[in-house]
Amino acid sequence: MIVFDILLGIGLILAASGVFLSAQLFRSVVLFVVFGLLLAITWTRLQAPDLALAEAAIGAGLTGVLFLDTLGTLRKAKHKRHRKKETHS
Amino acid sequence: MSRSLRIAAAGIVAFGTLYALILAVLNAPQMQVNLPQQVALNLEQSGIDHPITAVLLNFRSYDTLLEVAVLLVAVVTGLALRERDALTAHTEQARDPMLHALTRRLLPLLLITSVYILWSGSYAPGGAFQAGALVAAAGVIARLAGYDIASRADVLLRLGLALGFILFLTVAVSAMFGGRPFLNYPEGWAGSLIFLIEAVLTFSIGLTLISLFVHAPGDSSPRGGDDDD
Repeated sequence: MIVFDILLGIGLILAASGVFLSAQLFRSVVLFVVFGLLLAITWTRLQAPDLALAEAAIGAGLTGVLFLDTLGTLRKAKHKRHRKKETHS
Repeated sequence: MSRSLRIAAAGIVAFGTLYALILAVLNAPQMQVNLPQQVALNLEQSGIDHPITAVLLNFRSYDTLLEVAVLLVAVVTGLALRERDALTAHTEQARDPMLHALTRRLLPLLLITSVYILWSGSYAPGGAFQAGALVAAAGVIARLAGYDIASRADVLLRLGLALGFILFLTVAVSAMFGGRPFLNYPEGWAGSLIFLIEAVLTFSIGLTLISLFVHAPGDSSPRGGDDDD
């Protein structure tokens, strides 16, 4: 089990640094959700199933959905602005 | 300031903080009170069999009450930021039959799971926040599939948002009429009162999270999509 724990810790650090270092926002969001799920597993390993439930549902699930929603909105706004620029010029 | 100098400064600060944290962990003072033992000793009085729910809704219920208040303030702020005309924009959507069928089968399953999690909170991991998150997940799925539940019942939604906090506060204050301290449950009623509060809180928390998602400022709002240039 100690191997699994070490792998889990390494995975957490990798996912967290991926969230900050990746250039694409979409990849950051996906890695954020991955990070949340890994953290939920970590909480269960630390014998805190209540926290694990909350983390999986709110941290990974709902926050990820909100981030994706924001990304979609940003993308739409960018498209609109591009189209406006093209029609003006 | 040059780039390498800045990186060096950031590195020194980061390692200094790390060193201070390691020192703090190594020299941590001994616990004066054994909190898990205290909880285990008083668990019978709390009316709940699960220690974490007992802490959240009985021993430290003041914290939970304030947490619910913070959520309510957050969603009121979110409602103030939403756009007025966005609600009608999304209602007319062509429904995919597959999506329709999947949503219709998923939603009851999610709601039943959330009721189970709420119920199991009294003796196993679970409780109002987790169950509320599941209700919210059901709402988000319904919203993504094109069902606009939240904007159909605007007044009801607002009432539901505040209901959990109102009930919690009512129970907390009503103890004072009997000459008991604030947030003290009457003898023998603690278990059922906690369950009632949790059930209504689940509903309110679910609605809060749904409306934070549904009423998020969209692309037609003046602030939406102001990223670069």
